[in-house]
Amino acid sequence: MAKKEQASCSSTANLQPTLSQPHPSAASAAPASPQARFRYLATMVVYAVLILNKAGGLIYQRDFNPGLQKLSSNDYLILAGTFHGVHAITSQISPTNDSASSGLEVLESENFVMRCFQTLTGTKFLVFAEPRQPNLDVVVRRVYELYADYVMKNPFYQIEMPIRSEGFDRHLTSYIKPHQ
Amino acid sequence: MSSTSRARLGEEVWKLRTDKINAELVTLTYGSVVAQLCKDLDGDYAEVNKQLDKMGYNIGLRLIEDFLAKSNMQQKCANFRDTADVVSKVGFKMFLNITPTIANWSSDSKQFSLLFDENPLADFVELPDDGKAQSELWYSNMLCGVIRGALEMVQMSVDAHFVSDVLRGNDTTEMRISLIRYIEDEMPQDDE
Repeated sequence: MAKKEQASCSSTANLQPTLSQPHPSAASAAPASPQARFRYLATMVVYAVLILNKAGGLIYQRDFNPGLQKLSSNDYLILAGTFHGVHAITSQISPTNDSASSGLEVLESENFVMRCFQTLTGTKFLVFAEPRQPNLDVVVRRVYELYADYVMKNPFYQIEMPIRSEGFDRHLTSYIKPHQ
Repeated sequence: MSSTSRARLGEEVWKLRTDKINAELVTLTYGSVVAQLCKDLDGDYAEVNKQLDKMGYNIGLRLIEDFLAKSNMQQKCANFRDTADVVSKVGFKMFLNITPTIANWSSDSKQFSLLFDENPLADFVELPDDGKAQSELWYSNMLCGVIRGALEMVQMSVDAHFVSDVLRGNDTTEMRISLIRYIEDEMPQDDE
Protein backbone atom coordinates (compact mmCIF):
# COMPACT_ATOMS: atom_id res chain seq x y z
CA MET A 1 0.00 0.00 0.00
CA ALA A 2 2.74 2.39 1.03
CA LYS A 3 4.70 1.49 -2.04
CA LYS A 4 1.71 2.14 -4.22
CA GLU A 5 1.15 5.56 -2.73
CA GLN A 6 4.75 6.46 -3.32
CA ALA A 7 4.49 5.44 -6.90
CA SER A 8 1.46 7.56 -7.53
CA CYS A 9 3.02 10.45 -5.64
CA SER A 10 6.04 10.44 -7.89
CA SER A 11 3.83 10.49 -10.94
CA THR A 12 2.10 13.58 -9.59
CA ALA A 13 5.28 15.10 -8.16
CA ASN A 14 5.54 17.67 -10.90
CA LEU A 15 2.15 19.08 -10.09
CA GLN A 16 2.50 19.20 -6.31
CA PRO A 17 4.52 22.43 -6.14
CA THR A 18 2.28 24.27 -8.57
CA LEU A 19 -0.73 23.12 -6.66
CA SER A 20 0.49 23.96 -3.20
CA GLN A 21 2.12 27.26 -4.04
CA PRO A 22 -0.81 29.30 -5.25
CA HIS A 23 -3.03 27.92 -2.56
CA PRO A 24 -1.94 29.91 0.53
CA SER A 25 -1.65 33.12 -1.42
CA ALA A 26 -5.01 32.52 -3.05
CA ALA A 27 -6.56 32.07 0.36
CA SER A 28 -5.25 35.38 1.63
CA ALA A 29 -5.81 37.34 -1.55
CA ALA A 30 -9.02 37.86 -3.48
CA PRO A 31 -10.83 34.87 -5.03
CA ALA A 32 -8.62 32.89 -7.38
CA SER A 33 -8.54 34.30 -10.87
CA PRO A 34 -9.88 32.19 -13.72
CA GLN A 35 -6.33 31.66 -14.91
CA ALA A 36 -5.31 30.28 -11.54
CA ARG A 37 -8.24 27.91 -11.66
CA PHE A 38 -7.20 26.70 -15.08
CA ARG A 39 -3.73 26.06 -13.79
CA TYR A 40 -5.12 23.64 -11.23
CA LEU A 41 -6.94 21.78 -13.89
CA ALA A 42 -4.10 21.60 -16.34
CA THR A 43 -2.70 18.75 -14.28
CA MET A 44 -5.83 17.48 -12.62
CA VAL A 45 -7.67 14.41 -13.78
CA VAL A 46 -11.41 14.66 -13.33
CA TYR A 47 -13.13 11.41 -14.17
CA ALA A 48 -16.76 12.39 -14.21
CA VAL A 49 -19.38 14.93 -13.24
CA LEU A 50 -22.87 14.05 -12.04
CA ILE A 51 -25.72 16.41 -11.22
CA LEU A 52 -28.68 15.35 -9.07
CA ASN A 53 -31.89 17.31 -8.78
CA LYS A 54 -33.42 17.93 -5.40
CA ALA A 55 -35.50 14.77 -5.55
CA GLY A 56 -32.40 12.65 -6.10
CA GLY A 57 -32.97 12.12 -9.80
CA LEU A 58 -29.94 12.08 -12.05
CA ILE A 59 -30.17 14.99 -14.46
CA TYR A 60 -26.63 14.99 -15.84
CA GLN A 61 -23.85 12.46 -16.14
CA ARG A 62 -20.70 12.76 -18.15
CA ASP A 63 -17.33 11.03 -18.20
CA PHE A 64 -14.30 13.14 -19.02
CA ASN A 65 -11.37 10.82 -18.52
CA PRO A 66 -11.12 7.05 -18.45
CA GLY A 67 -10.72 5.60 -14.97
CA LEU A 68 -14.23 4.82 -13.86
CA GLN A 69 -16.25 1.81 -14.72
CA LYS A 70 -18.88 2.41 -17.33
CA LEU A 71 -22.35 1.80 -15.94
CA SER A 72 -25.64 1.31 -17.70
CA SER A 73 -27.93 4.31 -17.62
CA ASN A 74 -30.20 2.49 -15.22
CA ASP A 75 -27.30 1.85 -12.86
CA TYR A 76 -26.40 5.53 -12.91
CA LEU A 77 -29.93 6.32 -11.83
CA ILE A 78 -29.65 3.80 -9.01
CA LEU A 79 -26.28 5.24 -8.01
CA ALA A 80 -27.77 8.72 -7.88
CA GLY A 81 -30.80 7.64 -5.91
CA THR A 82 -28.69 5.68 -3.46
CA PHE A 83 -26.30 8.54 -2.94
CA HIS A 84 -29.22 10.87 -2.41
CA GLY A 85 -30.49 8.60 0.35
CA VAL A 86 -27.09 8.23 1.97
CA HIS A 87 -26.60 11.98 1.84
CA ALA A 88 -29.97 12.54 3.50
CA ILE A 89 -29.07 10.11 6.27
CA THR A 90 -25.63 11.62 6.84
CA SER A 91 -27.12 15.08 7.11
CA GLN A 92 -29.63 13.84 9.69
CA ILE A 93 -27.20 11.84 11.80
CA SER A 94 -24.30 13.97 12.82
CA PRO A 95 -21.65 13.14 15.42
CA THR A 96 -21.50 16.78 16.47
CA ASN A 97 -24.11 18.63 18.45
CA ASP A 98 -24.62 21.02 15.62
CA SER A 99 -27.86 19.82 14.08
CA ALA A 100 -27.27 21.59 10.78
CA SER A 101 -24.92 19.10 9.16
CA SER A 102 -24.10 19.53 5.51
CA GLY A 103 -24.07 15.77 5.02
CA LEU A 104 -21.52 13.72 3.15
CA GLU A 105 -19.09 15.95 1.27
CA VAL A 106 -16.02 13.91 0.44
CA LEU A 107 -15.66 10.24 -0.29
CA GLU A 108 -12.14 8.93 -0.72
CA SER A 109 -11.03 5.55 -1.83
CA GLU A 110 -7.86 4.08 -3.16
CA ASN A 111 -8.88 4.67 -6.74
CA PHE A 112 -10.85 7.87 -6.73
CA VAL A 113 -12.08 10.77 -4.68
CA MET A 114 -15.60 12.09 -4.90
CA ARG A 115 -16.56 15.57 -3.89
CA CYS A 116 -20.22 16.43 -3.32
CA PHE A 117 -21.54 19.95 -3.17
CA GLN A 118 -25.15 20.55 -2.32
CA THR A 119 -26.49 23.99 -3.11
CA LEU A 120 -29.01 25.72 -0.88
CA THR A 121 -31.67 24.91 -3.45
CA GLY A 122 -31.02 21.18 -2.96
CA THR A 123 -29.24 20.40 -6.23
CA LYS A 124 -26.19 18.18 -5.79
CA PHE A 125 -23.01 18.31 -7.83
CA LEU A 126 -20.72 15.30 -7.71
CA VAL A 127 -17.20 15.40 -9.09
CA PHE A 128 -15.15 12.23 -9.33
CA ALA A 129 -11.40 12.65 -9.70
CA GLU A 130 -8.06 10.98 -9.18
CA PRO A 131 -7.25 10.40 -5.50
CA ARG A 132 -5.45 13.09 -3.49
CA GLN A 133 -6.54 15.98 -5.67
CA PRO A 134 -6.60 19.23 -3.74
CA ASN A 135 -8.98 22.05 -4.58
CA LEU A 136 -11.79 19.87 -5.79
CA ASP A 137 -14.13 22.22 -3.94
CA VAL A 138 -13.01 24.95 -6.35
CA VAL A 139 -13.78 22.70 -9.30
CA VAL A 140 -17.21 21.80 -8.04
CA ARG A 141 -18.07 25.46 -7.38
CA ARG A 142 -17.03 26.35 -10.88
CA VAL A 143 -19.21 23.58 -12.29
CA TYR A 144 -22.08 25.12 -10.32
CA GLU A 145 -21.38 28.53 -11.88
CA LEU A 146 -21.41 27.01 -15.36
CA TYR A 147 -24.68 25.27 -14.50
CA ALA A 148 -26.19 28.53 -13.28
CA ASP A 149 -25.13 30.22 -16.50
CA TYR A 150 -25.64 27.71 -19.27
CA VAL A 151 -28.42 25.56 -17.88
CA MET A 152 -30.58 27.71 -15.62
CA LYS A 153 -30.39 30.80 -17.80
CA ASN A 154 -31.54 28.94 -20.87
CA PRO A 155 -35.21 29.89 -20.98
CA PHE A 156 -36.15 26.63 -22.64
CA TYR A 157 -34.57 24.42 -20.02
CA GLN A 158 -37.22 22.84 -17.81
CA ILE A 159 -36.21 22.95 -14.19
CA GLU A 160 -35.49 19.57 -12.54
CA MET A 161 -35.40 17.81 -15.92
CA PRO A 162 -32.38 16.09 -17.51
CA ILE A 163 -29.85 18.52 -18.94
CA ARG A 164 -29.28 18.37 -22.68
CA SER A 165 -27.36 21.51 -23.37
CA GLU A 166 -24.64 21.78 -25.92
CA GLY A 167 -23.35 25.01 -24.44
CA PHE A 168 -23.05 23.51 -21.00
CA ASP A 169 -21.26 20.44 -22.38
CA ARG A 170 -18.84 22.59 -24.32
CA HIS A 171 -17.97 24.92 -21.47
CA LEU A 172 -17.68 22.09 -18.99
CA THR A 173 -15.32 20.23 -21.31
CA SER A 174 -13.14 23.26 -21.94
CA TYR A 175 -12.96 23.89 -18.20
CA ILE A 176 -12.19 20.32 -17.19
CA LYS A 177 -9.97 19.43 -20.13
CA PRO A 178 -8.48 22.77 -21.18
CA HIS A 179 -5.64 21.31 -23.23
CA GLN A 180 -7.36 18.63 -25.16
CA MET B 1 -22.29 37.16 8.46
CA SER B 2 -22.89 40.69 9.63
CA SER B 3 -24.93 43.28 7.85
CA THR B 4 -21.89 45.29 6.79
CA SER B 5 -20.07 42.30 5.40
CA ARG B 6 -23.18 41.49 3.38
CA ALA B 7 -23.12 44.99 1.97
CA ARG B 8 -19.47 44.47 1.09
CA LEU B 9 -20.23 41.12 -0.52
CA GLY B 10 -22.98 42.67 -2.63
CA GLU B 11 -20.62 45.43 -3.71
CA GLU B 12 -17.88 42.97 -4.57
CA VAL B 13 -20.08 40.67 -6.63
CA TRP B 14 -21.53 43.66 -8.47
CA LYS B 15 -18.12 45.10 -9.24
CA LEU B 16 -16.10 42.02 -10.01
CA ARG B 17 -18.37 39.20 -11.03
CA THR B 18 -21.30 40.69 -12.90
CA ASP B 19 -21.50 41.34 -16.60
CA LYS B 20 -23.03 44.77 -17.11
CA ILE B 21 -25.31 45.87 -19.88
CA ASN B 22 -26.72 49.20 -20.78
CA ALA B 23 -29.38 50.27 -18.27
CA GLU B 24 -31.55 51.84 -20.95
CA LEU B 25 -31.77 48.52 -22.74
CA VAL B 26 -33.15 46.92 -19.58
CA THR B 27 -35.55 49.77 -18.94
CA LEU B 28 -36.83 49.80 -22.50
CA THR B 29 -37.10 46.02 -22.73
CA TYR B 30 -39.07 45.85 -19.51
CA GLY B 31 -41.15 48.79 -20.58
CA SER B 32 -42.08 47.22 -23.88
CA VAL B 33 -43.01 43.96 -22.14
CA VAL B 34 -45.38 45.78 -19.80
CA ALA B 35 -46.80 47.97 -22.55
CA GLN B 36 -47.39 44.98 -24.80
CA LEU B 37 -49.13 43.11 -22.00
CA CYS B 38 -51.40 46.07 -21.36
CA LYS B 39 -52.23 46.14 -25.05
CA ASP B 40 -52.75 42.39 -25.44
CA LEU B 41 -54.88 42.15 -22.34
CA ASP B 42 -56.93 45.14 -23.36
CA GLY B 43 -56.19 47.20 -20.30
CA ASP B 44 -57.10 44.48 -17.82
CA TYR B 45 -54.47 45.66 -15.35
CA ALA B 46 -55.22 43.03 -12.71
CA GLU B 47 -54.36 40.42 -15.31
CA VAL B 48 -51.24 42.37 -16.34
CA ASN B 49 -50.08 42.36 -12.72
CA LYS B 50 -50.68 38.64 -12.58
CA GLN B 51 -48.76 37.94 -15.77
CA LEU B 52 -45.83 40.10 -14.66
CA ASP B 53 -45.74 38.26 -11.35
CA LYS B 54 -45.78 34.92 -13.17
CA MET B 55 -42.92 35.94 -15.44
CA GLY B 56 -40.96 37.16 -12.45
CA TYR B 57 -41.62 33.89 -10.65
CA ASN B 58 -40.10 31.93 -13.52
CA ILE B 59 -37.11 34.25 -13.52
CA GLY B 60 -36.69 33.87 -9.77
CA LEU B 61 -36.61 30.08 -9.96
CA ARG B 62 -33.59 30.36 -12.26
CA LEU B 63 -31.95 33.47 -10.95
CA ILE B 64 -31.49 32.00 -7.47
CA GLU B 65 -28.87 29.59 -8.82
CA ASP B 66 -26.90 32.43 -10.35
CA PHE B 67 -27.22 34.33 -7.10
CA LEU B 68 -25.91 31.43 -5.02
CA ALA B 69 -23.14 30.55 -7.46
CA LYS B 70 -21.84 34.11 -7.75
CA SER B 71 -22.28 35.22 -4.15
CA ASN B 72 -20.75 32.02 -2.83
CA MET B 73 -23.25 31.88 0.02
CA GLN B 74 -23.27 28.50 1.64
CA GLN B 75 -24.89 29.21 4.96
CA LYS B 76 -28.61 29.26 5.33
CA CYS B 77 -30.01 32.43 6.81
CA ALA B 78 -30.61 32.00 10.52
CA ASN B 79 -33.91 33.87 10.46
CA PHE B 80 -36.18 35.93 8.25
CA ARG B 81 -34.47 39.17 9.23
CA ASP B 82 -31.22 37.81 7.81
CA THR B 83 -33.07 36.83 4.66
CA ALA B 84 -34.38 40.38 4.26
CA ASP B 85 -30.88 41.73 4.67
CA VAL B 86 -29.45 39.37 2.04
CA VAL B 87 -32.27 40.11 -0.43
CA SER B 88 -31.64 43.82 -0.16
CA LYS B 89 -27.87 44.10 0.22
CA VAL B 90 -26.69 41.19 -1.91
CA GLY B 91 -29.58 40.24 -4.19
CA PHE B 92 -30.81 43.61 -5.37
CA LYS B 93 -27.28 44.96 -5.31
CA MET B 94 -25.83 42.37 -7.63
CA PHE B 95 -28.68 42.31 -10.12
CA LEU B 96 -29.92 45.90 -10.20
CA ASN B 97 -27.20 47.81 -8.35
CA ILE B 98 -29.70 49.18 -5.85
CA THR B 99 -30.10 48.53 -2.14
CA PRO B 100 -33.72 48.97 -1.11
CA THR B 101 -34.26 50.01 2.49
CA ILE B 102 -35.74 47.46 4.86
CA ALA B 103 -38.48 48.91 7.04
CA ASN B 104 -41.75 48.33 8.85
CA TRP B 105 -41.07 44.97 10.44
CA SER B 106 -44.14 43.31 11.89
CA SER B 107 -43.84 42.37 15.55
CA ASP B 108 -43.52 38.66 14.79
CA SER B 109 -40.65 39.34 12.33
CA LYS B 110 -42.50 37.67 9.51
CA GLN B 111 -43.33 40.70 7.41
CA PHE B 112 -41.25 43.59 6.19
CA SER B 113 -41.24 46.26 3.52
CA LEU B 114 -38.65 47.10 0.94
CA LEU B 115 -38.55 50.81 0.14
CA PHE B 116 -37.16 51.57 -3.30
CA ASP B 117 -35.47 54.96 -3.43
CA GLU B 118 -34.64 54.27 -7.03
CA ASN B 119 -36.05 51.75 -9.44
CA PRO B 120 -34.13 51.16 -12.66
CA LEU B 121 -37.15 49.44 -14.23
CA ALA B 122 -39.30 52.52 -13.90
CA ASP B 123 -37.00 55.25 -15.21
CA PHE B 124 -38.74 57.49 -17.75
CA VAL B 125 -42.11 55.85 -17.08
CA GLU B 126 -45.40 57.68 -16.84
CA LEU B 127 -48.48 55.53 -16.43
CA PRO B 128 -51.21 55.91 -19.07
CA ASP B 129 -53.90 58.42 -18.38
CA ASP B 130 -56.93 56.17 -18.80
CA GLY B 131 -58.23 56.55 -15.27
CA LYS B 132 -57.47 52.93 -14.40
CA ALA B 133 -53.74 52.41 -14.72
CA GLN B 134 -52.96 54.86 -11.93
CA SER B 135 -54.97 52.82 -9.48
CA GLU B 136 -54.69 49.29 -10.83
CA LEU B 137 -51.35 48.68 -12.51
CA TRP B 138 -48.30 47.76 -10.45
CA TYR B 139 -45.71 48.58 -13.04
CA SER B 140 -42.76 46.77 -11.43
CA ASN B 141 -44.77 43.75 -10.36
CA MET B 142 -42.25 41.41 -11.93
CA LEU B 143 -39.93 42.07 -9.00
CA CYS B 144 -42.50 40.55 -6.62
CA GLY B 145 -42.55 37.38 -8.67
CA VAL B 146 -38.76 37.20 -8.78
CA ILE B 147 -38.56 37.35 -5.00
CA ARG B 148 -41.33 34.80 -4.57
CA GLY B 149 -39.70 32.37 -7.01
CA ALA B 150 -36.19 32.79 -5.69
CA LEU B 151 -37.13 32.37 -2.04
CA GLU B 152 -39.30 29.38 -2.84
CA MET B 153 -36.21 27.60 -4.18
CA VAL B 154 -34.48 28.10 -0.85
CA GLN B 155 -37.38 26.65 1.13
CA MET B 156 -39.32 29.80 1.91
CA SER B 157 -42.87 30.32 0.81
CA VAL B 158 -43.53 34.06 0.75
CA ASP B 159 -46.07 36.54 -0.49
CA ALA B 160 -44.77 39.71 -2.13
CA HIS B 161 -46.80 42.62 -3.43
CA PHE B 162 -46.50 46.34 -3.93
CA VAL B 163 -48.43 48.60 -1.61
CA SER B 164 -47.35 51.92 -3.08
CA ASP B 165 -45.51 53.22 -6.11
CA VAL B 166 -44.18 56.67 -6.93
CA LEU B 167 -45.49 56.13 -10.46
CA ARG B 168 -48.99 56.26 -8.99
CA GLY B 169 -48.22 59.49 -7.19
CA ASN B 170 -47.40 57.88 -3.83
CA ASP B 171 -44.49 59.24 -1.80
CA THR B 172 -42.58 55.98 -1.80
CA THR B 173 -42.32 52.76 -3.72
CA GLU B 174 -42.95 50.05 -1.17
CA MET B 175 -43.08 46.29 -1.53
CA ARG B 176 -44.48 44.20 1.29
CA ILE B 177 -43.02 40.73 1.80
CA SER B 178 -44.56 38.22 4.16
CA LEU B 179 -43.25 34.83 5.14
CA ILE B 180 -46.00 32.24 4.80
CA ARG B 181 -43.97 29.26 5.95
CA TYR B 182 -40.67 27.47 5.67
CA ILE B 183 -40.95 24.54 3.29
CA GLU B 184 -39.67 21.52 5.15
CA ASP B 185 -38.01 18.67 3.33
CA GLU B 186 -40.66 16.14 2.66
CA MET B 187 -39.71 12.96 4.40
CA PRO B 188 -40.90 9.74 2.80
CA GLN B 189 -43.77 8.05 4.57
CA ASP B 190 -42.81 5.32 6.99
CA ASP B 191 -43.28 1.92 5.40
CA GLU B 192 -44.37 0.13 8.53
